[in-house]
Amino acid sequence: MKDIVRGWRHIPQRYNLIGSKCSNCGEVNFPKRVICPECRRKGKLEDIKLSGKGKIHTYSVIHTPSDDFKILSPYIVAIIELEEGAKITSQIVDCGEDDVEIGDEVEMVFRKIKAEGEEGVISYGYKFKLSK
Amino acid sequence: MRDVAIIGVSQTKFGELWDVSFRDIITDAGLKSILDAGIEGADLEAMFVGNMSAGLFVEQEHIASLIADQAGLNPIPCTRVEAACASGGLALRSGIMAVASGYHDIVVSAGVEKMTDVVDPTPVISTAADQEWEVQQGATFPSLYAMMAKRHMHEYGTTREQLAMFSVINHKNGALNPLAQFPMEITVDQVLNSTMVADPLRLLDCSPVTDGAAAAVLCPAEDAKKYTDTPIYVKGSGQASGTLALHERRDITTIDSTVHAAKRAYKQAGLGPKDIDLAEVHDCFSINGLLAVEDLGFVEKGQGGPAVEEGLTQRDGQIPINTSGGLKSRGHPLGATGIAQTAEIVWQLRGDAGKRQVEGAEIGLTHNIGGTGGTAAVHIFSNSKN
Ligand SMILES: CC(C)(COP(=O)(O)OP(=O)(O)OC[C@H]1O[C@@H](n2cnc3c(N)ncnc32)[C@H](O)[C@@H]1OP(=O)(O)O)[C@@H](O)C(=O)NCCC(=O)NCCS
Ligand SMILES: [Zn+2]
Repeated sequence: MKDIVRGWRHIPQRYNLIGSKCSNCGEVNFPKRVICPECRRKGKLEDIKLSGKGKIHTYSVIHTPSDDFKILSPYIVAIIELEEGAKITSQIVDCGEDDVEIGDEVEMVFRKIKAEGEEGVISYGYKFKLSK
Repeated sequence: MRDVAIIGVSQTKFGELWDVSFRDIITDAGLKSILDAGIEGADLEAMFVGNMSAGLFVEQEHIASLIADQAGLNPIPCTRVEAACASGGLALRSGIMAVASGYHDIVVSAGVEKMTDVVDPTPVISTAADQEWEVQQGATFPSLYAMMAKRHMHEYGTTREQLAMFSVINHKNGALNPLAQFPMEITVDQVLNSTMVADPLRLLDCSPVTDGAAAAVLCPAEDAKKYTDTPIYVKGSGQASGTLALHERRDITTIDSTVHAAKRAYKQAGLGPKDIDLAEVHDCFSINGLLAVEDLGFVEKGQGGPAVEEGLTQRDGQIPINTSGGLKSRGHPLGATGIAQTAEIVWQLRGDAGKRQVEGAEIGLTHNIGGTGGTAAVHIFSNSKN
């Protein structure tokens, strides 16, 4: 239930990969922040739509997921460094568990994240796949 | 500010303790620490308890009241402190600050977690990570540390065997600790062939799911000899915060909060890494043991793997690490760990560590991490006042 509520709150950010960029130091953060962690009140934050293209910075193949993700197991989770500089945690899909390496280029895809409980409310969001 | 000493410590047996409840284990630990200190319950002025998630593990909040009540300590103030797996370290620091400031003379800093009452602890442990932007993406807690390991291997050439060695050394020590959850020796091969949890980390790279509690009694250093011949003095206490989410780190292979907390603790103690005789570090996963050895300054960044491989961290090595067995072998009841680490260092510095004793140990360090490094607490202790 909690997940549904916060899922909805972040739909625009999740669906469109909206981060924030500091007018002072230029740092890009995803998810959006309220103040720049470096400049605090000296910087003004503006929304920035991220391209969804980046490189795998590190990853893991999960074999012991929580119940929510059991159906996917084993699956790949990665930290991706986006073109704009922000890093993001996401699943890598549409490939085998041995197919990814650090440095591989990836791009965002829009996917079902999980079905929530009995009611079966489905939450959607970003995952990434290897770029050709 | 007054100097602070530890005059009593205790730890319950760690493990899957089916026959005892949350309130039983924390009361047991508290009582034993008071006995160890040779004081009366009536001497106590306050209590701080580290606990990560009684709400989710045993569906009980307001545990500070429960504990004071069960221990027969009403009406003294009892305060719960939470910083995920660093809750214990912060409870210790809260106690130190209470005594140092002069607010209280004798206090207990304790920690407790009862993790085995839930069927699936994984989602509870995950609440130490960023729920919205890590866990909802499918990341588990082991997978976050696995990603640090993968990157560390990529950047520094750290090997799978070196990670395994960290667990092997822990278990070698833990085998001599009667309070440990898994007091058996293991081999590198066993680690490498254990069940895959989150690649590259396997079961024997992971700390287990544990029930347990630990407690320490603190008083002003100038009074300590009234209670014991072997007080252990708090020389430095550092705490630092870092980003909650791993992906927001400047460097995924350095836990900056460890670096900052250590810097503060060393400065306050007037000591450096070379002065430390032994350390209890937060090896919730083998990789975090290696990172700690680096981030605490015992070796250079990236050299944790070779240091472990060369035996530097063994009990008879240059810097013995985790003589208790560490989180891996002793067990990791989240909120209790920071205090259990303290108990081990106190036993070592008193010369009471039995078969695990490091000869001539005078200065010890504890390192306690919350989440993937959102919080770190580092403490330095000595068996001499000056
Ligand atoms: C690693 C982990 C997933 C294993 O859980 P699991 O797969 O459910 O394991 P089980 O409970 O089924 O145990 C299987 C066997 O391995 C043993 N075992 C479990 N964890 C162990 C460990 N870490 N080390 C050694 N043995 C372990 C059990 O005793 C059991 O032995 P048995 O078959 O003889 O009874 C779980 O321990 C875990 O999540 N650990 C990490 C905890 C954590 O993240 N803590 C916070 C860190 S800050
Ligand atoms: Zn800025």
